[in-house]
Amino acid sequence: MIEDGVSPEHLAYLRSLRLKAALVRTTQILLLIGLFILWEVAAARGWINAFIFSQPTRIWAALVRLYREDGLWRHLGWTVGETVLGFTVGTAAGIVIAVVLWWSEFFSQVMDPYIVVLNSIPKVALGPIFIVWLGTTITAVVAMAIAVSIIVTIMMMHTGFKEVDPNKVKLVRTFGASKGQVLWKVIIPASIPTMIAALKVNVGLSLVGTIVGEFLASKAGLGYLIVYGGQVFNMSLVMASVLLLLAVSVVLYYAVSFLEERVTKGRQ
Amino acid sequence: MARVDLKNVSLNYHTLAGEVKALEGINLAISDQEFVAIVGQSGCGKSTLLSLISGLLKPTRGSVFIDDEEVQGPSKRVGYMLQNDYLFEWRTILDNALLGLEIRREKTPQAVEEVKAMLQAYGLGGFEHYYPSQLSGGMRQRVALIRTLATKPDVLLLDEPFSALDYQNRLSVGEEVVKILRERKKTVIMVTHDIPEAVSMANRVVVMTPRPGRIRSIHRIKMCDEGLTPLQTREKPQFREYFTTIWKELNRDD
Repeated sequence: MIEDGVSPEHLAYLRSLRLKAALVRTTQILLLIGLFILWEVAAARGWINAFIFSQPTRIWAALVRLYREDGLWRHLGWTVGETVLGFTVGTAAGIVIAVVLWWSEFFSQVMDPYIVVLNSIPKVALGPIFIVWLGTTITAVVAMAIAVSIIVTIMMMHTGFKEVDPNKVKLVRTFGASKGQVLWKVIIPASIPTMIAALKVNVGLSLVGTIVGEFLASKAGLGYLIVYGGQVFNMSLVMASVLLLLAVSVVLYYAVSFLEERVTKGRQ
Repeated sequence: MARVDLKNVSLNYHTLAGEVKALEGINLAISDQEFVAIVGQSGCGKSTLLSLISGLLKPTRGSVFIDDEEVQGPSKRVGYMLQNDYLFEWRTILDNALLGLEIRREKTPQAVEEVKAMLQAYGLGGFEHYYPSQLSGGMRQRVALIRTLATKPDVLLLDEPFSALDYQNRLSVGEEVVKILRERKKTVIMVTHDIPEAVSMANRVVVMTPRPGRIRSIHRIKMCDEGLTPLQTREKPQFREYFTTIWKELNRDD
């Protein structure tokens, strides 16, 4: 590599790289804008039925109405709150259970088929059961969000724990480490990247659980708005809620990514 | 009095496929401040031997004594260096070096100062708050050595400690490590498959047979007794003779 002075060729190379990146980004944005314009025009000209397909301006109007009259923040708050609660509890409980499985080889072998079976059940099918047991309350919705995330967490974390380099365990054992010390000094810190990965998966899964929960048993939240909009044939409300949901999932995903950057700082 | 004494030690592994004799009838007495290298082909149980001395494994028959005390589990008198440095990537250099003290609950302010002084003395001053990925292979190996020395063991077990380094580094790090271990008057048992490494560092080289591992022969290396460093030893004419003898011993079928 040439250290001092940057050659014109290198500058040109860097410029072409930047240009390419800018071109990709511009095309992405134009594509989105183009789609919305096409949608708007198609609905205005009657190419598609605006009552069924809605229309960007109507979606905007629905958002504004939601903001002014129907408690936009309340609905958003419910969905975000239930999701965050669901994935925090789901991830934490999943990690604790994975630790228990790691601790006892016997217990882990006993539980293995049960976990496999539980994992293969579509968790949303359990929704009606939660409602009967817990009532049409936030508890049922959160239970749904936990149900979809906990089994995956257990499996991911347990695998992660078992894949920690056995030589790192051997190293601390040569210092006379107890099993608890092996857990706290090696297994847990070595599994932080796996934990972040589980968290990332769980944000998406818990949102699925929350929305399904809200479909079934709720008086507020984006899932409720979507079902309600569908029932009264207010497609603009449905579309507006879906767009909000999109925003929520993006924000939650980036929140976890931010956490990841903070936690893994300094690591390779 | 022997610092480390292996008395008629045998070890069998049990697997589903059956029983494997890893070591058989090992008798070896190692005196204080001696450097003993154990050479043998892969799978001859030489690493297993270190696990027995460190108390990670129990012999099927026979006993291991350190300072006339039978080994029952990991002991404070023994420090173990593995094939790789296994520095934890989530800990800083200082925290890695303090790992053993932390596990033994001996991380006193004074102990921390001693470890800092050791880092300083061995060319790692200023790197305390770096992470392992920012260090070269040789530096990482020195951190691993300091981590082992921090708990003040009398006996050091080295399991191919330089095999992860490239050839150039292996010679210079080996030179440094031997110097440090002699300064600190440690008793050392090193396992290796590298005959020149064994001859250049050890007072005695123990040749082992393939599985089940038995001691085939023991060779006293004069140069090390005279206090030469590994690089000086490598330049001596006798170096080749020792090499040839041990190489032939290793390849002998009996």
